[in-house]
Amino acid sequence: MASRVIMPKLTDSMEEGVVVKWRKAEGERVESGDVLAEIETDKAVMDLEAFASGTLLKILVPEGTTVPSGTLIGVIGESEEDIKDILRGSPPPIPPPSEVEGKGGGAAPSAEALASPRVRTLAREHGIDLKTVKGTGPGGRIVERDLEPFLLKKEQSTVREIPLTQMRKAIVRMTTQSKAPVPHFYVTIDADMAEGLRMVEESKKAATPFPLSINHLLIAASARALKQHPGLNASFAGETIRIFSSIDIGIAVALEDGLIVPVLRDCGSKTLEQIVEAERSLVARARQRDLTPEEYTGATFLISNLGKFDVESFSAVILPPAAAALAVGSVREVPVVRDGKVEVGHRMTLTLSCDHRVIDGAVAAQFLQTFKQALVRARDL
Amino acid sequence: MPTKVTYREALNQALKEEMQRDDRVFLIGEDVAYYQGAFKVSKGFLEEFGSRRVVDTPITELGFTGLAIGAAMGGLRPVVEVMTFNFAILAMDQIVNNAAKIRYMSGGQLSVPIVIRGPGSAAHQLGAQHSQSLEAWFCHVPGLKVVAPATPHDAKGLIKSAIRDENPVIFIEAQLLYPMQGEIGDGDYTIPLGIAEVKRAGTDVTLIAYSKMLLVALEAAEKLAQEGIQAEVVDPRTLRPLDLTTLAASAKKTGKVVIVEEGWPFAGLGAQIAESLYRRVFDYLDGPIVRVTGRDAPMPYARNLEDAAIPDVDQVVAAARQVLYRR
Repeated sequence: MASRVIMPKLTDSMEEGVVVKWRKAEGERVESGDVLAEIETDKAVMDLEAFASGTLLKILVPEGTTVPSGTLIGVIGESEEDIKDILRGSPPPIPPPSEVEGKGGGAAPSAEALASPRVRTLAREHGIDLKTVKGTGPGGRIVERDLEPFLLKKEQSTVREIPLTQMRKAIVRMTTQSKAPVPHFYVTIDADMAEGLRMVEESKKAATPFPLSINHLLIAASARALKQHPGLNASFAGETIRIFSSIDIGIAVALEDGLIVPVLRDCGSKTLEQIVEAERSLVARARQRDLTPEEYTGATFLISNLGKFDVESFSAVILPPAAAALAVGSVREVPVVRDGKVEVGHRMTLTLSCDHRVIDGAVAAQFLQTFKQALVRARDL
Repeated sequence: MPTKVTYREALNQALKEEMQRDDRVFLIGEDVAYYQGAFKVSKGFLEEFGSRRVVDTPITELGFTGLAIGAAMGGLRPVVEVMTFNFAILAMDQIVNNAAKIRYMSGGQLSVPIVIRGPGSAAHQLGAQHSQSLEAWFCHVPGLKVVAPATPHDAKGLIKSAIRDENPVIFIEAQLLYPMQGEIGDGDYTIPLGIAEVKRAGTDVTLIAYSKMLLVALEAAEKLAQEGIQAEVVDPRTLRPLDLTTLAASAKKTGKVVIVEEGWPFAGLGAQIAESLYRRVFDYLDGPIVRVTGRDAPMPYARNLEDAAIPDVDQVVAAARQVLYRR
């Protein structure tokens, strides 16, 4: 019995997909679970696995073609099997793209409709068939207000398609490849930032060439805690867990059309001053898009700070090979109780996303404890 | 800081400043010197500039207008005050046949940089012969520029441009505008001829109005706003040459146009504006342009009938509703 291979609907929002590449050729043997093709959805490029074993008898959709979800794109069966019936049910061949592109202009206004010149112009511009519009002007003349429901509908249904930049494609790939297979869990703490803030202020006043920022303290505290808890400076590698000796911290940097994660190498052996200097130059070059691929890949730990956007807390997506990502919120003034008295304290909420294949809850909590102590006593960093 | 002055005061300042700036400029007309103008526009002029430059005339419009045209041809820059534009009818031959044509007929050897100014349109109960809006007469003539400002600011800036223009300019004021107050710009500013101004921005309907009727249109716009209709009010300010670009842009935006004028409907200025707009923006109009005009009759003397003959706010509001296909 032949089996139909269809364009899957992998997400609720997926309406169509692209056959990026056929990984099996016509006539090739396939086993259930084999990767048949690479499908580009609205979110990522995913593997399409065979649901049946047999021979890939027919490829119906060439590489690079976009078809709606549900379209028959191939047939698996036994060799010599008659698949005419299945093929007969397949939609007509896809015309080349040039023929499906709109010719523009839209529906011509009906010759019979009595309409104001403005209405005729609007109908032409918006592709409205005036035969479908009821006129309320003198003698049944279609006037502008009669078009309002049509124009409104048009406006509401207007979709602006922005082609994916390479960066956006990379973000799509990285995040979906992380979020789907990596079992995330999250641990949240509050840290006292009073001392850290004082240091940042002092540095500002001192007008040093490389002023200190909260991010520098976060990097230094992370490095300190990772040294003590190397189990988090790790990666899941299928059959093994890799523990890295070098602490390479990735810092998420927002760009106009996406983000990039430059990696600060070997933070474990750097002083705070060295971290400040290295981070400043790396981030500056990241903003100018002046990084080599080696400089933005392979982080073993991640920090994403949305504090300047007045975000209290959030959870970050882990980007492999890292196994943990620290999401940082704003420093907030909050009432704190100290020695039985209420005072103004400065608190920051941090959420650690962990890959449960590598890290367990207690280990994450211990790491955060060390991290928090390092941050509270920022002067010792 | 902008200061608030009357329309009368704005004209007085502008004329005075122009006469101080350029000693070729002089004022001539009935009662302009000793009486300081029938409407006191030339208050203080005789004292400051003397009787050589502020010249009282007999009641001879054709004569003193012709004299001024000759002076302009000879290199001076006369400002002729007609007591009202009703009396300019007497000077029509000089205005139409000499002022408007001499530059053309002399092949550009002579020019007539003259301003003929005074109030047009109705005041209160001046009778049929003294209550006319004759701007269309002058606009009809190639070779004349015609200006009809509605605000003190525009009056000052435009009369200066009119005096500095190399061609004859008919500058139509209004008796009922003289006491109106408004903010004016600082010092020696000018407003170029031929440039309209959007006096109130809106999206639903365009009201085109000039001179006194601008105030009626603005009041109508206020009333329409209470009904949720956003009217755009555009003042051409200069009637010839007409700033069609600005008028057409507004008409294209709203698709609905009302033109308000105090003059008679037949062959009135609104007919010309409508025709120009039809040619420019026909495809953007949602219906026929509606004109609100004075009644097609001599102005009645009776106050109630006179009121009924002049466009008012309610008529403009009704016209706006009509072009919007509302009841």
